[in-house]
Amino acid sequence: MSAPAVFFYLFGAAAVISAIAMVLNVRNTVASAMSLVVTMIALAVVYVVLDAHLVAALQIMVYAGAIVVVFLFVVMLLNLRRDTFTPPRERLAKIAGVVFAIGAALAFLQLVPKSLPTVQAIPADFGSYAVVGRALYLQFVLPFEVSSLLLLAAIVGAVVLGKRRLS
Amino acid sequence: MEALVPVLIKTLFIIIVAVAMFAPIITWVERKQSAVMQDRIGANRADIAGITLLGLLHPLADVLKLLTKEDVVPTGASRALHLMAPLIAAIPVIASFGVIPYGGTYHFGDTTVNLVVADLDWGVLYIFAIASIATYGTVIAGWASNNNWSLLGSLRASAQMISYEVTMGLSLVGIFMCFQTLRLTDMGNAQDTTFRIFGFLEHFGWVNSIGFLSHLTLPTWGIILQPLAFVLFLTCVMAENKRPPFDLPEGESEIIAGYFLEYSGMRFGLFYMSEFIEVVVIGALTTAIFLGGWTIPWLSQADIIGGITPIFGVGFATGLCMILHVLTFFVKVIIMIWLQMQIRWTLPRPRYDQVMDLCWKVMLPLSLANILVTALVILWIQGMKA
Repeated sequence: MSAPAVFFYLFGAAAVISAIAMVLNVRNTVASAMSLVVTMIALAVVYVVLDAHLVAALQIMVYAGAIVVVFLFVVMLLNLRRDTFTPPRERLAKIAGVVFAIGAALAFLQLVPKSLPTVQAIPADFGSYAVVGRALYLQFVLPFEVSSLLLLAAIVGAVVLGKRRLS
Repeated sequence: MEALVPVLIKTLFIIIVAVAMFAPIITWVERKQSAVMQDRIGANRADIAGITLLGLLHPLADVLKLLTKEDVVPTGASRALHLMAPLIAAIPVIASFGVIPYGGTYHFGDTTVNLVVADLDWGVLYIFAIASIATYGTVIAGWASNNNWSLLGSLRASAQMISYEVTMGLSLVGIFMCFQTLRLTDMGNAQDTTFRIFGFLEHFGWVNSIGFLSHLTLPTWGIILQPLAFVLFLTCVMAENKRPPFDLPEGESEIIAGYFLEYSGMRFGLFYMSEFIEVVVIGALTTAIFLGGWTIPWLSQADIIGGITPIFGVGFATGLCMILHVLTFFVKVIIMIWLQMQIRWTLPRPRYDQVMDLCWKVMLPLSLANILVTALVILWIQGMKA
């Protein structure tokens, strides 16, 4: 197995295991959030192996570096200790969960082999910030600007909600 | 496997120089500089058989003290996270040395020596990504300690670090536009040239009236092309480092020691050392981006090699140039470390709302304005050339 393949399977497995750890740690919110961070970082390594460098960097900067930190910030601000946030665990819900999980896994296994694209060689600068930037600012200018307007609206909305009194 | 050996040698070199040499020495420099600035004698008592070496034995004594201290995990603490936090804080800092070049590219016959561990196309993005992970070390340390002072420190740290990360990224966009790259080695090479200060006047047909002024040149360093970006970036990375004047998460006069209050021994030592290693990282990064990296001003690599080759031959000239460049780089890093120490012992700690106002109401608009002005000037220059 080549070195990239080893990294791919190693960090792919890490992503899956930490994702499961996130769900299992639901009683300990901070440990759960940290598992999410590990998932994000493992996914970023997988992106690096797949030559998508910009996506990898953004994955860590935006998701691991900013969003989950804000999650943690809120968790710490509310000072949720172990067991203060305990979802009820009922037998029926457990059984339903297991059944749905098995069903989803079976459906997934059936769909995946058909939807896999054929392997093709990628250009040398695939996934670099230059290529992505060119596509974003030349090919998809309108969607880019529309989405930035959407984000601006979200920021303004957050400020309005955050202010107690508008003067 | 053959390709792995040079990488390992370069990794070892940068880790030995930055982590094992620079970091312990600047703990001493910090004490001595504060002593000079406060009219004291400073650290000079640690000795081996009466030899004090100007107090240089203090880092050694510190490490011995920290190693022999009891490692306490407080009651009710989240044990695993408490033990992990110092590592999460320290590892990203050391890992950022991976993309910082401490020399250029040199050709010895068929072999090419490239003095950077990993010459990534997305080098600066890698540093931003790595730096954002370091936030977790502080945040988790305070939470896992089961102490309200620590928790307050963590809250302060997380808000401060996320806020300054935004401006840190935006402050460098002007630099990316000037050098048209994110690769730190390309940035270094782009700074190995000079430009004529009044060269643009020729465009207006004033060639004769400026006379000798047309021969005045300046190196194309980031700090000369983007002075505002330099100030913004340095402020942001110092805020990320959480050393005074941005030591709100630590704030010993308000919250005792903030996020590492419940740490002792070498685990405290890791937090302490990672701050000092980050001082070196900041020095190396600002040098690579703003101070011309390894280049010598007004003396390009081609000039040096071309000047020495007739006397000693190409191989010797290239080798000498390489050594000169590495030395130049570390001299610049030392200057940047001195500057950070000077700021650290000069400015008092602002209030927390002032720190946040500085980031969101002053530095963020300034960095956006910097991007706008840089873009306009680049368009103007391209228009002139066309």
